[in-house]
Amino acid sequence: MIATRDAYGEALAELGGENDKIVALDADLSGSTKTGVFAKKFPNRFFNMGIAEANMVGTAAGLASVGKIPFLSTFAIFAAGRGWEQIRQSLAYPKANVKVVATHGGVTVGEDGGSHQSVEDIAIMRAIPNMTVIVPADGEETKGAIRAVAAYKGPVYVRLGRNKVANVFPAGHKFEIGKGNVVVEGKDLTFITTGLMTAQAVIAAEKLKEEGISARVLHLGTIKPLDKELVLKAAQETGAIVTAEEHSVVGGLGGAVAEFLGEECPTLMKRVGIYDRFGLSGKSDELLKYFGLNAETLIEQAREIVSRKK
Amino acid sequence: MKEKIADLEEKARRLRVAIVKTLHKSQSGHTGGSLSAIDMVCALYFHKMRHNPQDPSWEGRDRFVLSKGHAAPALYVTLAECGYFPSEDLMMLRRLGSHLQGHPDSKGTPGVDVCTGSLGQGLSMANGMALGFKLDGKDNRVYAVLGDGELQEGQIWEAAMAAGHYKSDNLCALIDSNGLQIDGDVSKVMNVASIGDKFKAFGWNVIEIDGHDMGQIISALDQAEAHKGAPTAIVAKTVKGKGVHLFENKASYHGVTPNDEELPEALRCLGCCD
Ligand SMILES: Cc1ncc(C[n+]2csc(CCOP(=O)(O)OP(=O)(O)O)c2C)c(N)n1
Ligand SMILES: [Mg+2]
Repeated sequence: MIATRDAYGEALAELGGENDKIVALDADLSGSTKTGVFAKKFPNRFFNMGIAEANMVGTAAGLASVGKIPFLSTFAIFAAGRGWEQIRQSLAYPKANVKVVATHGGVTVGEDGGSHQSVEDIAIMRAIPNMTVIVPADGEETKGAIRAVAAYKGPVYVRLGRNKVANVFPAGHKFEIGKGNVVVEGKDLTFITTGLMTAQAVIAAEKLKEEGISARVLHLGTIKPLDKELVLKAAQETGAIVTAEEHSVVGGLGGAVAEFLGEECPTLMKRVGIYDRFGLSGKSDELLKYFGLNAETLIEQAREIVSRKK
Repeated sequence: MKEKIADLEEKARRLRVAIVKTLHKSQSGHTGGSLSAIDMVCALYFHKMRHNPQDPSWEGRDRFVLSKGHAAPALYVTLAECGYFPSEDLMMLRRLGSHLQGHPDSKGTPGVDVCTGSLGQGLSMANGMALGFKLDGKDNRVYAVLGDGELQEGQIWEAAMAAGHYKSDNLCALIDSNGLQIDGDVSKVMNVASIGDKFKAFGWNVIEIDGHDMGQIISALDQAEAHKGAPTAIVAKTVKGKGVHLFENKASYHGVTPNDEELPEALRCLGCCD
């Protein structure tokens, strides 16, 4: 059990040793984002840009245009939020080879409160053409994803979390951009989940089995591009979809799945997430409960949607 | 005058005690930057600003913008001391359901006029307020407290340019120049020196002071009010964690709270026996 940000720190430092084109940038949060691990190993290839996120994005674009592979990090709210238009214009529009790895996504930021909890970053990153959006479920997937995005040429947004999360994937898990993973097989409904909600869906699926409900868990580590094949298959084979994410229900994973299925295969659907509101201060676990981001909510939604199928 | 200064110093001491107790209780929040800013916040609320705790939305009030919003504990203990809300509320800092959010939230806390926490945005809002007051022919003044690391945000300099351009002499920025940010020394992470010269270049009146010398703080605030035709920047040299040697000048105490072992010593430093 480790935090995805810790896995990132480890993976980035490892990649730094393999490829000297990799550089890292941070905005005065290198201890928290874990780019500090890379900075310690490769001080010359690390740029602390100070509390100046917009400039950090532009600088990364410049570094990429002369052949470097920049990874830039800060909290999700400041990366996707403060840096949004720079990401759009300087990274996505020219297809710059820059990896925006944002930590402290979602409400598990905790006590810092609503100003620091990004509940809309997946949506605003996903809306930008040319962007790839990745939200790993655990440390192992994060390590694989960081390796994959380093090898991929183009702009990527990776959203990581603050707290330790349960393992979903085995050590050495291979990550493929754009490919989902069926973590649990099932036929009555499918939980389509991302980030820390996948572990909750696995718990929910086990409990539902005891009630005779067979729930599939489809984890989407990549939200954009969407794994249309697996989503369509889930809709056709199980006939009911419950999405879940530590993010607003507007425009994120639930939005992406609804947009796609609405056109290709209208299916009974429920979205678990934050219902169009800001976060607030509290302990991470209290907030997850407060927003219903847990297995209990998934079980309730599953029961309801399965009953509606009949 | 001497008495007034002694009064304010005693107030500031009590506010430091409240900051330490509040952060010890919450076990989450920003210690260093709250303690470095508190003398200035104290002087503003108990000496300079026109405000009415009984009527937080009184139109005649001066406005306070804590641009370095992570120093919320400094603001909260001051508002409680003024009587904006009961001091028991402080014990609920950062708890689920509390109006005292991790960073100032104008939607819930009486006496808080702006939401801050994302650095770099406060000075723009403060200048907007200043422009609005001028437009209405009102003499309300606006005060903004900024961090020195925060000055790395480009938006600060856009605001500085705009306030200088529009000659917002009803605006006063106080820079809590404690020399530290999260990743270490401001001069090493991303140098912002010379702060005074930069504001001067944008047409500001600049006053440099010791940000823990109450006499210098209130005289600078009085000078700022008297200065016409340009906004004033008070560049205050401060010590992060000021008042508790355990926390002083340590970047590591930026976002770390006093633990059970440190609490008695911290309170002792602040001349507190209870
Ligand atoms: C836009 C933005 N980026 C990053 C942060 C995270 N952060 C909070 S406090 C801080 C350091 C602030 O340093 P400084 O302004 O010097 O404050 P002080 O030393 O007075 O605490 C950072 C980087 C933030 N709150 N907002
Ligand atoms: Mg500072």
